[in-house]
Amino acid sequence: MERNPMRRQLASLRKSLFDQGYLDEQFMELEQLQDDANPNFVEEVVTLYYRDSARLIVNLDHALERRPLDFSKLDGLMHQFKGSSSSIGAKKVKAESTLFREYCKSGNAEGCMRTFQQLKKEYATLRKKLETYFQLARQIGPMESANRPK
Amino acid sequence: MKNSSGGKGSMSTASSITTWKADVVPVPDQFPAGLRVLVVDDDPTCLIILEKMLRNCSYDVTKCNRAETALLKLRENRNGFDIVISDVHMPDMDGFKLLEHIGLEMDLPVIMMSADDGKDVVMKGVTHGACDYLIKPVRIEALKNIWQHVVRKRKNEWKDLEQSGSVEEGDRQPKQSEDADYSSSVNEGNWKSSKKRKDDEDETEDRDDTSTLKKPRVVWSVELHQQFVAAVNQLGIDKAVPKKILELMNVPGLTRENVASHLQKYRLYLRRLSGVSPHSCNPNNSFMNPQDETFGPLSSVHGLDLQTLTATGQLPAQCLATLQAAVLGRSTAKSSIPMPLVNQRNIFSFENPKLRFGEGQQHVNNNNKQVNLLHGIPTTMESKQLTSLRHTSQSIGNVNMQVAPHGAQSSQNNSSLIEMGQPLSRVQILNDSTVPLSVGQPIVPNGIAANVSTRNGIPENIRAPGYNLVSQTSSILNFPMNHASELPVDSFSLRSTPGMSDHTSKECRHDIRRLSAFKLSSRQP
Repeated sequence: MERNPMRRQLASLRKSLFDQGYLDEQFMELEQLQDDANPNFVEEVVTLYYRDSARLIVNLDHALERRPLDFSKLDGLMHQFKGSSSSIGAKKVKAESTLFREYCKSGNAEGCMRTFQQLKKEYATLRKKLETYFQLARQIGPMESANRPK
Repeated sequence: MKNSSGGKGSMSTASSITTWKADVVPVPDQFPAGLRVLVVDDDPTCLIILEKMLRNCSYDVTKCNRAETALLKLRENRNGFDIVISDVHMPDMDGFKLLEHIGLEMDLPVIMMSADDGKDVVMKGVTHGACDYLIKPVRIEALKNIWQHVVRKRKNEWKDLEQSGSVEEGDRQPKQSEDADYSSSVNEGNWKSSKKRKDDEDETEDRDDTSTLKKPRVVWSVELHQQFVAAVNQLGIDKAVPKKILELMNVPGLTRENVASHLQKYRLYLRRLSGVSPHSCNPNNSFMNPQDETFGPLSSVHGLDLQTLTATGQLPAQCLATLQAAVLGRSTAKSSIPMPLVNQRNIFSFENPKLRFGEGQQHVNNNNKQVNLLHGIPTTMESKQLTSLRHTSQSIGNVNMQVAPHGAQSSQNNSSLIEMGQPLSRVQILNDSTVPLSVGQPIVPNGIAANVSTRNGIPENIRAPGYNLVSQTSSILNFPMNHASELPVDSFSLRSTPGMSDHTSKECRHDIRRLSAFKLSSRQP
């Protein structure tokens, strides 16, 4: 069936996301929640995540423009962002968040700003990869997606 | 109950189980399926994931993204949930504050969660009475067993009831829980067979546990509760049996079972208030030191002489210590509790009542949320009763109790709390600073606080003495006394107390702030 190569491709794409450290086990938790009642659960959650976290990114950007930096506020914002990111299994993004918070705690402005730039890159990269992934999954069909290898 | 929209198989078949109280035949064997969970998290991503996970556990899930909404839902439907899961960091209300409210008002088990796994935060969960703490990201495995907290709590409550000797003929026999198979505690069969029913089976229905049968729940409105309290006061807390209370109340349609069930809860509440936990008492009793200037002004301002109370033995040092600890703020962690709680107005109402505990004696008025708290607070502050309450484990309650009589001595004991007026008014004043105070607390600040402060540091959030109390027990009466402006100083017959005036509030706050300079050193394990 012409779906086979696509399924293989999907599986391979998925595997690389994990192997390259973009995603962690939490993403698998989401996959396991997907079922007939919620066949697109993972995609829905990820979409929601990107929509909601965009707001946090904007707030962080603004906060990083202030002088002097309000580390406490930055830390608070990043805490929220980290919670969200970890809930979808965004591993690299989460790591950058943690690093950012370390810099906040030590009052390292330079570290914060640098880390935040890196974080935004990872955030954007993951988004693209996941978009590709979901697109492919949708092409294969809901049934296949739901039975995606765990 | 809401939701059954999705989860495969989950709730659709569970409608009968989910509403223990509905007029539906319960299917106890399905427990824990149908466990009614309220999940609160301001993060929409986490919230949706949690909801799905809980649904997949076959629980009946309601989600909220705001603490206030959650409280509203809980208040609207007091018996509509079995357990609450809440995030720690939320914009409109600190999760710990919510935890306190819930413990106080509904006494439901609450699980806290956070991405923060720092020891301090987790400890805070413990001291605030959370029954568990989950680190995010939460996995479904962690949610599968949350039902144990529901069962455990009920089991402990039964035990408490039993120990405090409150089991009456009309009440449930707590012992039953000991033998019950917890995992199937919902099983009506177990209850029925093991329960010695002296009276009708109807009693079981009011049991607030999983095996409750269905009978329409009585809504304990403020007025109704006041009548109840009045009746209890009249009979005397020791002698208040459902049958007599019912007679006194003379409310058509109210059954003895309703009263019995309500009485149980009331007793638990009282018990918590007056419980003294020896461990929580700080050994340094400097608080008793009258020289402490912090106390001085407070004690005199409030007119409450804690020293005397203690000296006369009415206020055990232990209680005082604990109370102080509680008042001061149990936590050494930085106060993360925002003082001005959002819309405190609604927070406390027992049933959103305007304070009027006590039949008519109070002139408390409406905004006194505190009064609501009073609901829990033994309004029957007869000395004797108070004394008996002392045996309970919560010292705070004790303090309250003790104080009450003190103030109440000049007036009759009905709704003595109210009589206490002064202290209460104080509380209200404190409210002004949006300090969550349990009913008892107000009294505490009066002088107890002072005491406490010496001993325990009062964290900056002394304003929230309630928190402290809560540490004693998750359900400490912590009625945030916010919106002092809403609470007329004269509530609780403050007016009747000479010297009590609005000025005192300023003093109180001032003193409280001073107290907050101290660090609370004791901490509940």
